[in-house]
Amino acid sequence: MNILNILEEIEKVDGEIYERLNPRRRAMKDFYNVGKKISLAALPLALGSMFQKAYGQTNPTNVNEVLNFALVLEYLEYNFYNHALTNSTINFPTTASRDAITTIRNHELAHVNLLKGALGANAVTPYVDADFDFTGSTTFGAAFADVFSNYQTFLKVATAFEDTGVRAYKGQAPILKGMAVLTTALQIHSVEARHASHLRQMTAASLGVALKPWISYSPNGNDTGISQVDAVYAGEQNTLIAGIQITGIATGVTQTAAAEAFDEFLTGSAVKNIANIFIKTRKLT
Amino acid sequence: MESLNENQKILEKEPGILEAKLERRSFLRYAGAGAAVVALVAAGCKKDRRVYTDFGVTLDFKDDAGVLNYAYALEQLEAAFYIKVASAPPSGFTQVQKNYFQDVQFHEIAHREFFKKVLGTGSIGSLDVDFSSIDFTSASSVLGAAKTFEDLGVAAYNGAGIRLRDANNLVIAGQIVSVEARHAAWVRDQISNGSFADLSSLSALGADNTNGLDGQLSPDKVLAAASSFIKTKINVINL
Repeated sequence: MNILNILEEIEKVDGEIYERLNPRRRAMKDFYNVGKKISLAALPLALGSMFQKAYGQTNPTNVNEVLNFALVLEYLEYNFYNHALTNSTINFPTTASRDAITTIRNHELAHVNLLKGALGANAVTPYVDADFDFTGSTTFGAAFADVFSNYQTFLKVATAFEDTGVRAYKGQAPILKGMAVLTTALQIHSVEARHASHLRQMTAASLGVALKPWISYSPNGNDTGISQVDAVYAGEQNTLIAGIQITGIATGVTQTAAAEAFDEFLTGSAVKNIANIFIKTRKLT
Repeated sequence: MESLNENQKILEKEPGILEAKLERRSFLRYAGAGAAVVALVAAGCKKDRRVYTDFGVTLDFKDDAGVLNYAYALEQLEAAFYIKVASAPPSGFTQVQKNYFQDVQFHEIAHREFFKKVLGTGSIGSLDVDFSSIDFTSASSVLGAAKTFEDLGVAAYNGAGIRLRDANNLVIAGQIVSVEARHAAWVRDQISNGSFADLSSLSALGADNTNGLDGQLSPDKVLAAASSFIKTKINVINL
């Protein structure tokens, strides 16, 4: 049994083990030297205290912040769809349309429960329906006033929520880098993207507009034609990825194709500003 | 690993093939450079010696470049598929389906070319694909294959994210995977409206319907699932 081999094995699954154990490289070098001298009997003890430092604690504060941020967004989405399904006068035109919203509502509830469970005692106090104003009236006036009586208005807000959700998870991913919880966040992220794709199709069909399942090019990023939600799509027109211009990278890759091919992230503060439009009390800070 | 073993044999027979002594690990790193190793071995071979050129490609997951090359391989596969569909769509396609398959084609080409450019000389070579199992004249066959590629692509990116060490690469992977998920949802709705996020049908790809989670698969499983569509041998190391 060789402690350095153990560390190497761990490194294969956790590339940042050394950083976790001690972020100072010089200190790690010292540890290497000590490690060679530790007797076999003392090894379990030494390892135990080391790994407690690295893994023994609960999620780092900033990870909990990310998860709670995601949890509030999921509460927003869940309550929105649940309100539409159980407490509205929306006339869903087909069984399929109601079923789709039910599918989405159920996923958002699953996400709420998953995140709540992951956070345990650190989870925010649950947000309930009464905590939200889904018309966003303080910002939008009467534009979405009929969100729970007009199917088309409902779809407009739903599409904006899903596209926001996709951008929100993308923006938080770097904080979760290298952690198991990142995979979970990515698995939620792509489900939100599937929702967005379907809601865009529903919106296109109902409003008779040429909205694609993917976010297409528009000079200000907003391809929905709904000016109230400009902030949701700000920057989606970008075609420069990691310093590489995607437009024209191959024949047929127009500016439109380039903008569609890459979704953009939103910063936490940009997402909070959007979410706070719909949150009455306990706004995100 | 067959062709790598062959390389190893050449090295054993011909230790002078490379000027300095090379450890297996660092040799494999060279192998990852694809074309470079061909030149290297060719230079070391005597005239009468058979030159091995069919080494396949090597994905070395020791660092982010390996993960990006893995994504590059998958994007090559997807792009090749959609190019073939868009060039001669099934007669059963609606006009909207024709248009959107054209859109998706250009998205995948954009992804492929992006990775090629960002990897530069460190990129793997071009893969040879095998679409003989797909009937390109049949709308249902093409949609079924598209669903397979898109759902698998989503699971691949979701499963590979944790391997990325550079936050910038993680964001880029995120920028692409959500577009793949949009594709997947749309294609699924073409096959059966409302199946856009039928997670219970994706459990083989690592999805968890109870918790509302999409697929996520490790690279070896993704490559095994894609292997029938790829002729080029793909060697995986340091996974």
